[in-house]
Amino acid sequence: MSDHVHPLPAYPWARRIRVVVSHLALYLVAAVFLSPLVYMVATSLKRADEVFGSPPSLIGSVVRWENYREAFEFLPFGRFVINGLAVAVCGTIVVLVASSMSAYAFSRLRWRGRDGVFLVFLSTLMIPQEVLVVPMFMLMRWFGWVDSYQALIFPWAFTAFGTFMLRQFFLTIPEEIAESARIDGAGAVRVFTRIMLPLVRPALAVLAVFTFINYWNSFLWPLIIINSVDEKATVPLGLQLFFGQQGTQWNLVMAASMISMAPTAALLIILQKHLVRGIATTGLGGR
Amino acid sequence: MYDDAIPRRGAGARERRARRLRGDGRVAALFAAPSLIGLTLFTLFPIVMSLVIAFFRWPAVGARAFTGLGNFATLFADPVFRRTLFNTLLFVVLYLPLNLVVSVGLAVWISPRMKGRKVLRVVFFLPVVTPMVANAVVWRMVYQPGGLIDGSLHAVTGVHAPNFLGEQGWAMFAVVAMSVWQGFGYNMLVFSAALDAIPRQLVEAAQIDGAGPWRQFFRITLPMISPSMFFATTMTLITSFQVFTQPFLLTGGGPGIDTETLMMFVYNQGFSVYQFGLASAAAWILFVLILGVTAVQFAGQRRWVTYDV
Repeated sequence: MSDHVHPLPAYPWARRIRVVVSHLALYLVAAVFLSPLVYMVATSLKRADEVFGSPPSLIGSVVRWENYREAFEFLPFGRFVINGLAVAVCGTIVVLVASSMSAYAFSRLRWRGRDGVFLVFLSTLMIPQEVLVVPMFMLMRWFGWVDSYQALIFPWAFTAFGTFMLRQFFLTIPEEIAESARIDGAGAVRVFTRIMLPLVRPALAVLAVFTFINYWNSFLWPLIIINSVDEKATVPLGLQLFFGQQGTQWNLVMAASMISMAPTAALLIILQKHLVRGIATTGLGGR
Repeated sequence: MYDDAIPRRGAGARERRARRLRGDGRVAALFAAPSLIGLTLFTLFPIVMSLVIAFFRWPAVGARAFTGLGNFATLFADPVFRRTLFNTLLFVVLYLPLNLVVSVGLAVWISPRMKGRKVLRVVFFLPVVTPMVANAVVWRMVYQPGGLIDGSLHAVTGVHAPNFLGEQGWAMFAVVAMSVWQGFGYNMLVFSAALDAIPRQLVEAAQIDGAGPWRQFFRITLPMISPSMFFATTMTLITSFQVFTQPFLLTGGGPGIDTETLMMFVYNQGFSVYQFGLASAAAWILFVLILGVTAVQFAGQRRWVTYDV
């Protein structure tokens, strides 16, 4: 707003104070916003009998790092982490390969009916995935995929979003670049792998990170399709189970929550610049 | 179109290009195949299937029978379904405006010149990318009697807070509050990007003309970010109709069925009592509701969205 348009030194005193107060208030809001997460960290390091108290305390009589070890031991939480990573990585690869290939076909190759097919493609974006869970479950039964890793990876890997986004990026590459390569004798495959893909690498990276996060966080579908939770659960499903069984051991539950948040939080902090730009330019990201 | 560095091509090149274009069909089929097959198998086929199932009595095991509109009649006669429909609408009506006000407000508040701006943005965005299950579990503890809110309130005032998740009248608000906390960071980033794109001269000109902060906000900022508002409203509407994980984990739909949403109803019908027909019919009602609201949004956008100045 108006307060922040002029460079700071130009402010008269009264205004400068107002700006400082406004900023301090904002930091206060941020602190309140973060308090549940701080509370989570604090609780995850307490003794079970010190979890509740008034006023809530940051640190108990001891800092109990063992909670994290116990969270890993109580349930096969390590297994859940490995499952989650494997499913998310495989899913991300499938999404990247399929959507970059079709994005190329829909942008820089010419074929009859292309735009019509693309329209059908796009219209599927309107279908909420949640509406598909019942028929998808039946489909998985026919495939014999209930309670399998494939079922966690494939059903949601072919949404039109990645294709749509990458197509937009391919369209920004001047047609002459690919054209001159083809005149020099390069085939469509070579043009795709050697010229087009390297040019959209930033877009691929953003798509990859968000896809990974979506797979990692996914809850409803694993809840439906995975029965042998101890063996095949991903982290959110495992955390829910853990919570169901150990709902009273809040310190361990909070340690498990910390573990489940760590990978995506780390990705966000490391790649913040790219992710923010990705959202700004494509509206892509966590829902 | 052409850069000076690239020589303009003549008719020969154009003809060559036309020949090339005709020849792309087979390659294109190859490139599009994985996505087309996947989308047909995992989206188009299921959506058609769910439409068919919705008109059948279709238990997971046992005989199926065509019932016409029977499932829909059953649903609308079912007080539980009607209640979940109401709960979903209530959630949307509370969540959407709150989310927008908080996200626009903070996007404006985090001004372009302040220190720690990027850090703040990341902070508010954090719960968007962390697992919803973890967020919900943390908030269970925040709302718990003796938890963060109750503990703090009792320490300061000596009064205990209500049992947010267990008391009628509080539970839905608790679910909404947690959802806003979790979700607004996404819209905030969208609005921040839109705010950064507002030309500085526009604001300065308004200031010279003596417009105060509020006037600037309503006459310049809001119209300038209205395309983003439209995008954010539409996306938030669509996703909020499908709310599932927050009530599922915070309240389990309780107390009673006060916070049971449509998506929870679909889940229960489909995967607790295994009535696929009823579940699909309910899912279609949800889908049609979403389509309707989105259509209204698009029809109304001309009245408040400014695409260029």
